[in-house]
Amino acid sequence: MNITRRQLLILLPAAAIAWEHVLAGTPESAPNYTMTEHWWGMLIDIPKCIGCGNCVAACQKENDVPDGFFRTWVERYHVTDWNLTNPEVISPDGGKEGFPAVKEDENGKYFFVPKLCNHCADSPCTQVCPVGATFITPDGVVLIDQKYCMGCAYCVQACPYGCRYIHPVKHVADKCTLCYHRITKGLTTACCEACPTGARQLADLKNPKDPIHEFLKTHPVQILKPQMATGAKVFYNGLDGSVR
Amino acid sequence: MRSFKDTGHLFRLAGLFVIGTLLFFGIRAYFVPKSFGQYGHYRGNAIPEMAAHPLHFAGHQACETCHTDIFQTKKTGKHAGVNCEACHGPLEKHAQDPSIDPGKPDVATLCIRCHAASAARPKWFPQVDAATHANGVPCNTCHQPHNPVIGAGGSK
Repeated sequence: MNITRRQLLILLPAAAIAWEHVLAGTPESAPNYTMTEHWWGMLIDIPKCIGCGNCVAACQKENDVPDGFFRTWVERYHVTDWNLTNPEVISPDGGKEGFPAVKEDENGKYFFVPKLCNHCADSPCTQVCPVGATFITPDGVVLIDQKYCMGCAYCVQACPYGCRYIHPVKHVADKCTLCYHRITKGLTTACCEACPTGARQLADLKNPKDPIHEFLKTHPVQILKPQMATGAKVFYNGLDGSVR
Repeated sequence: MRSFKDTGHLFRLAGLFVIGTLLFFGIRAYFVPKSFGQYGHYRGNAIPEMAAHPLHFAGHQACETCHTDIFQTKKTGKHAGVNCEACHGPLEKHAQDPSIDPGKPDVATLCIRCHAASAARPKWFPQVDAATHANGVPCNTCHQPHNPVIGAGGSK
Protein backbone atom coordinates (compact mmCIF):
# COMPACT_ATOMS: atom_id res chain seq x y z
CA MET A 1 0.00 0.00 0.00
CA ASN A 2 1.37 3.36 -1.01
CA ILE A 3 0.69 6.32 1.21
CA THR A 4 1.56 9.79 0.04
CA ARG A 5 3.04 12.32 2.42
CA ARG A 6 -0.31 14.19 2.42
CA GLN A 7 -2.25 11.04 3.40
CA LEU A 8 0.24 10.22 6.15
CA LEU A 9 -0.10 13.71 7.63
CA ILE A 10 -3.89 13.25 7.73
CA LEU A 11 -3.69 9.72 9.17
CA LEU A 12 -1.22 10.45 11.96
CA PRO A 13 -3.47 12.70 14.09
CA ALA A 14 -6.39 10.31 13.53
CA ALA A 15 -4.28 7.41 14.79
CA ALA A 16 -3.20 9.49 17.78
CA ILE A 17 -6.85 10.21 18.67
CA ALA A 18 -7.76 6.52 18.29
CA TRP A 19 -4.86 5.53 20.56
CA GLU A 20 -6.05 8.04 23.17
CA HIS A 21 -9.42 6.30 23.16
CA VAL A 22 -7.74 2.94 23.66
CA LEU A 23 -5.82 4.34 26.62
CA ALA A 24 -8.94 5.89 28.12
CA GLY A 25 -10.65 2.50 28.21
CA THR A 26 -14.07 1.57 26.88
CA PRO A 27 -16.73 3.83 28.36
CA GLU A 28 -19.53 1.24 28.18
CA SER A 29 -19.01 -1.84 30.32
CA ALA A 30 -22.48 -3.29 29.77
CA PRO A 31 -23.06 -4.80 26.35
CA ASN A 32 -26.06 -3.65 24.32
CA TYR A 33 -26.53 -0.66 26.58
CA THR A 34 -26.37 2.79 25.05
CA MET A 35 -26.51 5.60 27.57
CA THR A 36 -28.08 8.12 25.22
CA GLU A 37 -31.11 5.87 24.67
CA HIS A 38 -32.28 6.08 28.30
CA TRP A 39 -33.47 8.73 30.74
CA TRP A 40 -34.13 7.10 34.07
CA GLY A 41 -36.59 8.02 36.79
CA MET A 42 -38.95 6.31 39.19
CA LEU A 43 -42.66 6.20 39.86
CA ILE A 44 -43.94 5.93 43.44
CA ASP A 45 -47.58 4.99 43.80
CA ILE A 46 -48.52 6.14 47.33
CA PRO A 47 -51.91 4.30 47.53
CA LYS A 48 -50.04 1.04 46.89
CA CYS A 49 -47.38 1.46 49.60
CA ILE A 50 -48.09 -0.75 52.63
CA GLY A 51 -45.07 0.37 54.65
CA CYS A 52 -43.44 -3.06 54.88
CA GLY A 53 -39.93 -1.65 54.50
CA ASN A 54 -38.86 -4.37 52.05
CA CYS A 55 -37.36 -1.73 49.75
CA VAL A 56 -35.17 -0.28 52.50
CA ALA A 57 -33.86 -3.73 53.50
CA ALA A 58 -33.27 -4.72 49.87
CA CYS A 59 -31.37 -1.52 49.12
CA GLN A 60 -29.14 -2.06 52.11
CA LYS A 61 -28.30 -5.62 51.02
CA GLU A 62 -27.78 -4.79 47.36
CA ASN A 63 -25.59 -1.75 47.92
CA ASP A 64 -23.86 -2.57 51.23
CA VAL A 65 -25.39 0.49 52.89
CA PRO A 66 -24.05 0.85 56.46
CA ASP A 67 -26.49 0.48 59.37
CA GLY A 68 -28.16 3.71 60.35
CA PHE A 69 -27.71 5.24 56.87
CA PHE A 70 -30.22 5.08 54.05
CA ARG A 71 -30.19 5.39 50.29
CA THR A 72 -33.94 4.94 50.40
CA TRP A 73 -36.26 5.12 53.38
CA VAL A 74 -39.98 5.11 54.12
CA GLU A 75 -41.77 7.78 56.13
CA ARG A 76 -45.15 7.34 57.78
CA TYR A 77 -47.28 10.47 57.82
CA HIS A 78 -50.07 11.13 60.27
CA VAL A 79 -52.12 14.13 59.18
CA THR A 80 -54.95 15.38 61.38
CA ASP A 81 -57.92 17.26 59.96
CA TRP A 82 -57.31 20.46 61.92
CA ASN A 83 -53.60 20.64 61.23
CA LEU A 84 -53.18 19.67 57.59
CA THR A 85 -49.80 21.30 57.06
CA ASN A 86 -48.10 19.99 60.20
CA PRO A 87 -48.06 16.22 59.89
CA GLU A 88 -46.46 13.91 62.39
CA VAL A 89 -43.75 11.99 60.48
CA ILE A 90 -41.94 8.91 61.74
CA SER A 91 -39.37 6.66 60.09
CA PRO A 92 -37.98 4.21 62.69
CA ASP A 93 -34.69 2.83 61.31
CA GLY A 94 -35.76 4.18 57.92
CA GLY A 95 -38.83 1.93 58.06
CA LYS A 96 -36.57 -1.07 57.42
CA GLU A 97 -38.40 -3.27 59.95
CA GLY A 98 -41.81 -1.84 59.18
CA PHE A 99 -43.88 0.44 61.40
CA PRO A 100 -45.73 0.00 64.70
CA ALA A 101 -49.42 -0.81 64.20
CA VAL A 102 -51.89 2.01 64.73
CA LYS A 103 -55.62 2.20 65.41
CA GLU A 104 -57.99 4.04 63.10
CA ASP A 105 -57.95 7.82 63.62
CA GLU A 106 -61.47 9.26 63.20
CA ASN A 107 -60.14 12.74 62.44
CA GLY A 108 -56.95 12.00 60.60
CA LYS A 109 -55.20 9.78 58.14
CA TYR A 110 -52.05 7.75 57.83
CA PHE A 111 -50.02 7.01 54.72
CA PHE A 112 -46.51 5.96 53.74
CA VAL A 113 -44.08 7.91 51.58
CA PRO A 114 -41.01 6.08 50.25
CA LYS A 115 -38.15 8.46 49.54
CA LEU A 116 -34.91 8.20 47.63
CA CYS A 117 -32.60 10.32 45.49
CA ASN A 118 -34.77 12.16 42.95
CA HIS A 119 -32.06 11.96 40.26
CA CYS A 120 -32.76 15.58 39.41
CA ALA A 121 -32.05 16.78 35.89
CA ASP A 122 -30.78 20.11 37.29
CA SER A 123 -29.50 18.99 40.63
CA PRO A 124 -28.11 21.39 43.23
CA CYS A 125 -25.81 18.64 44.51
CA THR A 126 -23.93 18.28 41.23
CA GLN A 127 -23.67 22.04 40.82
CA VAL A 128 -21.94 22.63 44.16
CA CYS A 129 -19.30 19.87 43.94
CA PRO A 130 -15.95 21.65 43.84
CA VAL A 131 -14.01 18.76 42.27
CA GLY A 132 -16.40 17.21 39.74
CA ALA A 133 -16.97 14.10 41.84
CA THR A 134 -20.75 14.04 41.43
CA PHE A 135 -22.53 14.41 38.15
CA ILE A 136 -25.55 13.38 36.10
CA THR A 137 -24.81 10.67 33.56
CA PRO A 138 -25.99 10.93 29.93
CA ASP A 139 -28.80 8.51 30.90
CA GLY A 140 -30.05 10.71 33.73
CA VAL A 141 -28.67 9.11 36.88
CA VAL A 142 -26.92 11.25 39.49
CA LEU A 143 -23.80 9.36 40.59
CA ILE A 144 -20.81 9.92 42.86
CA ASP A 145 -17.25 9.18 41.78
CA GLN A 146 -16.02 7.95 45.16
CA LYS A 147 -12.40 7.89 43.97
CA TYR A 148 -12.63 11.60 43.27
CA CYS A 149 -14.82 12.72 46.19
CA MET A 150 -12.88 14.33 49.02
CA GLY A 151 -15.75 14.24 51.51
CA CYS A 152 -16.33 17.98 51.92
CA ALA A 153 -20.09 17.28 52.33
CA TYR A 154 -21.09 20.38 50.40
CA CYS A 155 -23.45 18.20 48.33
CA VAL A 156 -24.97 16.70 51.50
CA GLN A 157 -26.03 20.20 52.51
CA ALA A 158 -27.13 21.15 49.00
CA CYS A 159 -29.58 18.28 48.46
CA PRO A 160 -33.07 19.66 49.19
CA TYR A 161 -34.37 16.13 49.84
CA GLY A 162 -31.77 14.98 52.37
CA CYS A 163 -30.77 12.03 50.20
CA ARG A 164 -27.01 12.13 50.75
CA TYR A 165 -24.79 11.16 53.65
CA ILE A 166 -21.09 10.82 54.35
CA HIS A 167 -20.14 7.15 54.40
CA PRO A 168 -18.90 6.38 57.94
CA VAL A 169 -16.06 4.12 56.72
CA LYS A 170 -15.10 5.52 53.32
CA HIS A 171 -15.56 9.18 54.44
CA VAL A 172 -16.93 10.15 51.04
CA ALA A 173 -20.42 11.15 49.95
CA ASP A 174 -22.81 8.28 49.27
CA LYS A 175 -26.38 7.99 48.05
CA CYS A 176 -28.81 6.09 45.80
CA THR A 177 -27.32 5.13 42.43
CA LEU A 178 -30.71 4.02 41.08
CA CYS A 179 -28.94 0.61 41.11
CA TYR A 180 -26.91 1.72 38.10
CA HIS A 181 -25.19 -1.68 38.03
CA ARG A 182 -28.62 -3.32 37.62
CA ILE A 183 -30.46 -1.00 35.25
CA THR A 184 -27.56 -1.07 32.78
CA LYS A 185 -27.95 -4.87 32.66
CA GLY A 186 -31.67 -4.76 31.94
CA LEU A 187 -32.72 -5.49 35.54
CA THR A 188 -34.86 -3.29 37.74
CA THR A 189 -33.56 -1.69 40.94
CA ALA A 190 -33.30 -3.75 44.15
CA CYS A 191 -36.07 -1.70 45.81
CA CYS A 192 -38.46 -2.22 42.88
CA GLU A 193 -37.54 -5.92 42.74
CA ALA A 194 -38.37 -6.31 46.44
CA CYS A 195 -41.52 -4.16 46.52
CA PRO A 196 -44.43 -6.62 46.92
CA THR A 197 -47.20 -4.30 45.72
CA GLY A 198 -45.60 -2.49 42.79
CA ALA A 199 -45.64 0.81 44.67
CA ARG A 200 -42.21 1.52 43.20
CA GLN A 201 -41.63 1.29 39.46
CA LEU A 202 -38.43 2.04 37.60
CA ALA A 203 -39.20 4.32 34.66
CA ASP A 204 -37.30 4.98 31.45
CA LEU A 205 -38.63 8.23 30.05
CA LYS A 206 -36.84 7.79 26.72
CA ASN A 207 -38.43 4.39 26.11
CA PRO A 208 -41.71 5.03 24.27
CA LYS A 209 -43.01 1.60 25.35
CA ASP A 210 -42.47 2.25 29.07
CA PRO A 211 -45.85 2.25 30.90
CA ILE A 212 -44.72 5.43 32.71
CA HIS A 213 -45.96 7.53 29.77
CA GLU A 214 -49.51 6.19 29.97
CA PHE A 215 -49.42 6.52 33.77
CA LEU A 216 -48.26 10.14 33.71
CA LYS A 217 -50.98 10.96 31.17
CA THR A 218 -53.81 9.49 33.22
CA HIS A 219 -52.85 10.24 36.84
CA PRO A 220 -52.37 13.38 38.93
CA VAL A 221 -48.64 13.00 39.54
CA GLN A 222 -46.36 15.31 41.51
CA ILE A 223 -42.69 15.64 42.27
CA LEU A 224 -41.29 16.70 45.65
CA LYS A 225 -40.47 20.41 46.12
CA PRO A 226 -41.25 21.52 42.55
CA GLN A 227 -40.56 25.11 43.65
CA MET A 228 -36.86 24.22 43.91
CA ALA A 229 -36.74 23.70 40.11
CA THR A 230 -34.51 20.68 40.52
CA GLY A 231 -36.02 18.71 37.65
CA ALA A 232 -36.72 15.78 40.00
CA LYS A 233 -37.46 12.51 38.21
CA VAL A 234 -39.10 10.58 41.04
CA PHE A 235 -42.82 10.93 40.34
CA TYR A 236 -45.36 10.50 43.14
CA ASN A 237 -48.92 9.42 42.45
CA GLY A 238 -51.52 10.36 45.07
CA LEU A 239 -49.12 12.50 47.08
CA ASP A 240 -50.70 14.45 49.93
CA GLY A 241 -50.10 18.20 50.13
CA SER A 242 -48.62 17.83 53.61
CA VAL A 243 -45.58 15.93 52.31
CA ARG A 244 -42.39 17.97 52.24
CA MET B 1 20.19 54.38 22.40
CA ARG B 2 20.18 51.98 25.30
CA SER B 3 17.87 53.07 28.10
CA PHE B 4 18.03 49.65 29.89
CA LYS B 5 21.21 48.07 31.11
CA ASP B 6 21.69 44.72 32.83
CA THR B 7 18.53 43.16 31.31
CA GLY B 8 19.77 39.62 32.06
CA HIS B 9 17.69 39.27 35.23
CA LEU B 10 14.52 40.04 33.24
CA PHE B 11 15.28 37.24 30.82
CA ARG B 12 16.03 34.87 33.69
CA LEU B 13 12.71 35.77 35.28
CA ALA B 14 10.89 35.27 31.97
CA GLY B 15 12.66 31.93 31.56
CA LEU B 16 11.61 30.81 35.04
CA PHE B 17 8.04 31.84 34.27
CA VAL B 18 8.00 29.80 31.06
CA ILE B 19 9.48 26.75 32.83
CA GLY B 20 6.98 27.12 35.68
CA THR B 21 4.07 27.32 33.26
CA LEU B 22 5.26 24.25 31.36
CA LEU B 23 5.74 22.36 34.63
CA PHE B 24 2.21 23.30 35.73
CA PHE B 25 0.63 22.00 32.53
CA GLY B 26 2.89 18.93 32.55
CA ILE B 27 1.93 17.96 36.10
CA ARG B 28 -1.72 18.76 35.40
CA ALA B 29 -1.73 16.53 32.31
CA TYR B 30 -0.17 13.76 34.40
CA PHE B 31 -2.60 13.92 37.31
CA VAL B 32 -5.93 14.68 35.59
CA PRO B 33 -7.43 11.29 34.60
CA LYS B 34 -7.65 10.53 30.89
CA SER B 35 -11.41 10.21 30.88
CA PHE B 36 -12.03 13.49 32.75
CA GLY B 37 -14.24 15.64 30.57
CA GLN B 38 -15.36 12.77 28.35
CA TYR B 39 -19.04 13.52 29.05
CA GLY B 40 -18.79 16.59 31.28
CA HIS B 41 -16.85 17.99 34.22
CA TYR B 42 -16.23 14.59 35.76
CA ARG B 43 -14.28 11.35 35.24
CA GLY B 44 -16.03 9.44 32.42
CA ASN B 45 -14.66 6.10 33.61
CA ALA B 46 -16.56 6.52 36.90
CA ILE B 47 -19.70 5.43 35.00
CA PRO B 48 -18.55 1.93 33.91
CA GLU B 49 -16.91 1.51 37.35
CA MET B 50 -20.30 2.12 38.94
CA ALA B 51 -21.97 -0.27 36.49
CA ALA B 52 -19.50 -3.01 37.49
CA HIS B 53 -20.79 -3.16 41.10
CA PRO B 54 -21.66 -6.80 41.97
CA LEU B 55 -25.29 -7.97 42.04
CA HIS B 56 -27.00 -9.40 45.12
CA PHE B 57 -30.57 -9.68 43.83
CA ALA B 58 -30.71 -11.95 40.78
CA GLY B 59 -34.05 -10.60 39.55
CA HIS B 60 -37.24 -12.62 39.04
CA GLN B 61 -36.36 -13.40 35.40
CA ALA B 62 -33.42 -15.47 36.62
CA CYS B 63 -35.64 -17.39 39.12
CA GLU B 64 -38.28 -18.13 36.52
CA THR B 65 -35.85 -19.79 34.10
CA CYS B 66 -35.45 -22.77 36.48
CA HIS B 67 -38.44 -22.63 38.88
CA THR B 68 -41.10 -22.79 36.17
CA ASP B 69 -43.47 -24.83 38.39
CA ILE B 70 -43.54 -22.17 41.10
CA PHE B 71 -43.92 -19.49 38.47
CA GLN B 72 -47.01 -21.32 37.11
CA THR B 73 -48.50 -21.63 40.62
CA LYS B 74 -47.80 -18.01 41.40
CA LYS B 75 -48.96 -16.28 38.24
CA THR B 76 -52.70 -16.93 38.74
CA GLY B 77 -52.75 -16.08 42.45
CA LYS B 78 -52.83 -12.93 44.56
CA HIS B 79 -49.05 -13.01 44.86
CA ALA B 80 -48.48 -12.88 41.10
CA GLY B 81 -46.96 -9.41 41.36
CA VAL B 82 -44.71 -10.27 44.30
CA ASN B 83 -41.22 -11.05 43.03
CA CYS B 84 -39.43 -14.13 44.40
CA GLU B 85 -36.71 -12.21 46.20
CA ALA B 86 -39.22 -9.95 47.97
CA CYS B 87 -39.74 -12.87 50.39
CA HIS B 88 -36.74 -15.13 49.74
CA GLY B 89 -34.14 -12.36 49.95
CA PRO B 90 -31.19 -11.67 47.64
CA LEU B 91 -30.22 -14.89 45.81
CA GLU B 92 -27.74 -13.96 43.09
CA LYS B 93 -25.25 -16.48 44.53
CA HIS B 94 -27.87 -19.24 44.33
CA ALA B 95 -28.72 -18.19 40.76
CA GLN B 96 -25.04 -18.46 39.78
CA ASP B 97 -24.52 -21.74 41.64
CA PRO B 98 -27.80 -23.63 42.29
CA SER B 99 -26.00 -25.97 44.73
CA ILE B 100 -25.97 -23.11 47.26
CA ASP B 101 -29.06 -23.71 49.41
CA PRO B 102 -31.04 -20.49 49.73
CA GLY B 103 -32.94 -21.73 52.79
CA LYS B 104 -36.60 -21.05 53.43
CA PRO B 105 -38.09 -17.87 54.87
CA ASP B 106 -39.61 -18.09 58.37
CA VAL B 107 -43.38 -17.69 57.99
CA ALA B 108 -43.66 -16.60 61.63
CA THR B 109 -42.11 -13.23 60.73
CA LEU B 110 -42.45 -13.14 56.94
CA CYS B 111 -46.21 -12.87 56.36
CA ILE B 112 -47.02 -10.38 59.11
CA ARG B 113 -44.39 -8.02 57.79
CA CYS B 114 -46.90 -7.08 55.11
CA HIS B 115 -50.22 -8.47 56.40
CA ALA B 116 -50.26 -7.43 60.09
CA ALA B 117 -53.29 -5.18 60.55
CA SER B 118 -52.59 -1.47 60.90
CA ALA B 119 -54.84 1.51 60.15
CA ALA B 120 -51.83 3.10 58.45
CA ARG B 121 -51.94 0.56 55.64
CA PRO B 122 -54.21 1.23 52.66
CA LYS B 123 -57.72 -0.23 53.02
CA TRP B 124 -57.51 -2.31 49.83
CA PHE B 125 -54.64 -4.35 51.23
CA PRO B 126 -55.59 -7.66 52.98
CA GLN B 127 -54.66 -7.45 56.67
CA VAL B 128 -55.12 -9.73 59.66
CA ASP B 129 -54.76 -9.45 63.40
CA ALA B 130 -52.15 -12.20 63.81
CA ALA B 131 -53.19 -12.97 67.42
CA THR B 132 -56.86 -13.71 66.68
CA HIS B 133 -56.67 -14.78 63.04
CA ALA B 134 -54.83 -18.07 63.48
CA ASN B 135 -54.20 -18.54 67.22
CA GLY B 136 -50.55 -19.28 66.63
CA VAL B 137 -51.05 -21.75 63.77
CA PRO B 138 -48.37 -21.06 61.12
CA CYS B 139 -49.74 -19.16 58.09
CA ASN B 140 -48.65 -21.83 55.60
CA THR B 141 -50.81 -24.50 57.30
CA CYS B 142 -53.76 -23.08 55.37
CA HIS B 143 -52.24 -20.65 52.86
CA GLN B 144 -49.77 -21.81 50.24
CA PRO B 145 -47.49 -18.75 50.05
CA HIS B 146 -47.10 -18.91 46.26
CA ASN B 147 -50.88 -18.90 45.80
CA PRO B 148 -52.35 -17.90 49.17
CA VAL B 149 -56.06 -18.46 48.50
CA ILE B 150 -57.54 -21.06 50.90
CA GLY B 151 -57.87 -24.39 49.12
CA ALA B 152 -54.75 -24.01 47.02
CA GLY B 153 -53.00 -26.20 49.63
CA GLY B 154 -50.72 -25.45 52.55
CA SER B 155 -46.94 -25.50 53.00
CA LYS B 156 -44.44 -25.56 50.08
